Amino acid sequence: MSFTSQMSYALVVFISAIFTQNILLSYFLGLCPFIGVSREIKAAFGLGLAVIFVMTATSLLNWVVYHVVLEPLGLEFFRFIMFIIIIAAFVQLVEMIIDRYSPPLYQRLGVFLPLITVNCAILGASLFMVIRDYSFIVTIGYGLGSGIGWFLAIIAMAGIRQRLANERIPCGLQGPGITLIIAGLMALAFIGFAGVLQGS
Amino acid sequence: MVLTVLIAVGVVSSIGAGLAAVLVVSEHFFNDYGPCSITVNDEKEFTVDGGKNLLSVMVGEKLFIPSACGGRGTCGLCKLKVLEGAGPLLPTEEPYLEKDERESNVRLACQVKVRDNLKVEIPKELLAIREYTCKCTDIKDLTHDMKQFRFELIEPQSIDYIPGQYIQLLAPVYEKSSEEVYRAYSISSDPAEKNGIELIIRLVPGGICTTWCFEYLKVGDQVKLNGPYGDFRLSKTDAPIIFIAGGSGMAPIKCMLHEMRNTSNKRKARYYFGANKVRELCLVELMRQFESELAGFKFIPIVASRDEEERWDGEQGLVTEAVERTLKDAEQCEAYLCGSPGMIDAAVEVLKKLGVTEDRIFYDKFE
Repeated sequence: MSFTSQMSYALVVFISAIFTQNILLSYFLGLCPFIGVSREIKAAFGLGLAVIFVMTATSLLNWVVYHVVLEPLGLEFFRFIMFIIIIAAFVQLVEMIIDRYSPPLYQRLGVFLPLITVNCAILGASLFMVIRDYSFIVTIGYGLGSGIGWFLAIIAMAGIRQRLANERIPCGLQGPGITLIIAGLMALAFIGFAGVLQGS
Repeated sequence: MVLTVLIAVGVVSSIGAGLAAVLVVSEHFFNDYGPCSITVNDEKEFTVDGGKNLLSVMVGEKLFIPSACGGRGTCGLCKLKVLEGAGPLLPTEEPYLEKDERESNVRLACQVKVRDNLKVEIPKELLAIREYTCKCTDIKDLTHDMKQFRFELIEPQSIDYIPGQYIQLLAPVYEKSSEEVYRAYSISSDPAEKNGIELIIRLVPGGICTTWCFEYLKVGDQVKLNGPYGDFRLSKTDAPIIFIAGGSGMAPIKCMLHEMRNTSNKRKARYYFGANKVRELCLVELMRQFESELAGFKFIPIVASRDEEERWDGEQGLVTEAVERTLKDAEQCEAYLCGSPGMIDAAVEVLKKLGVTEDRIFYDKFE
């Protein structure tokens, strides 16, 4: 593929990753922090930003490791372990750097960064990138798009939950119960995007 | 096949090792905040390497900040005021701080990272807390389950404390315990004597530290303790005093009585001391001696139930019953209680009924 067609493909992947193939609402990855940290918009915003950043960076990093190291050696089956190790190390490193050079940002993201290590959407993005055989440039679009998609979904959920806080919810459904139902409704709504773009 | 396995293991380990190396190097690089100076209460100043949390730095300087969780941010005890250089409040601290604490810059020491010059304010008492290395010089049986231990201070050589305060004694790892534990005991010695302390310890069945004291600690052994802690102490008023204690609750009261004798305190004082049996009364002779030396002091031992063969012509029953029977001028008194939670709760009830207001009841509960 030429560079221009790669770029336009990356753009399509980017937009479809946000809407039609939202990693949270169509694959239900990263549900645990999605339910745990969506009680207020402020916290959801911080976590969402951290996810965008880490997801883009780690999917690129993992692309390099997969195509430069694992594939030539025939060790593709090791990608799960490798990706997790790389994500964990990367998150540690980023935490250190932010802590050193931008205390206000660390203050905002600080507690969420370590949480991200175990966010399965991050690992999921890296694995999809391999399964779908994306090139490096397309991976940029995919990583960024998935991150933004996850960010949008958790912000929307936090907004809904803040309004729900004062509603009378049957006691059996309070907390995670009603949140899962809302997530289901949101997923249905996102299916509406499916006709807009034929994702890859 | 073997080759594949070897390559696989080799690749995974080397990437893992490489990442670990990167992290270690960058930790060293990024976590180097250079020397930071810490000023405590505007009087003590020291310089440390930045990057660690404030609690560990303070302990490293032998400033003992109370902490039960060891710096994990779960007990909320290591509160202190950081006036300058701490940065904004962290989400991990918020649950432990009240509104007025936040406004007066109270922080959790274990969560504050030293990255700048800090100005810290801690209560004066904490500044006086030291770790002491001591030698056990005497162990005396008081009753069948209470012993009096004397420790001579080796390093530092003297201790200043307010009568009523306690120390934390370190029980080392021994046959029945696989970890070091600290337990709190009230100081019972004469405060005039600065180079040693005395503790009265009652055996707690199955207790790690008391079992060690009773069965393993020998005269001549070295022990470590730190302190003094606590705000159980005599007030500066002239109100008549009621002491109520049971068992090893004797310790802080004995210390206060020494102090009253040393300062020729003329306050009227009555000391209700409860024991189950006559043979569980201890230090009666010393108390009688205090009675002859302190004009206003009276010692009232009370025995709950007398065995047939025991002779007893003093008060009988529960301490609280004796207090209720004999106390006439309760409204003007201040009460100082020390002993088991059960006894203290019951005594507080009775005192309130007799007209002692809550702000004049002070106690040290052994829990």
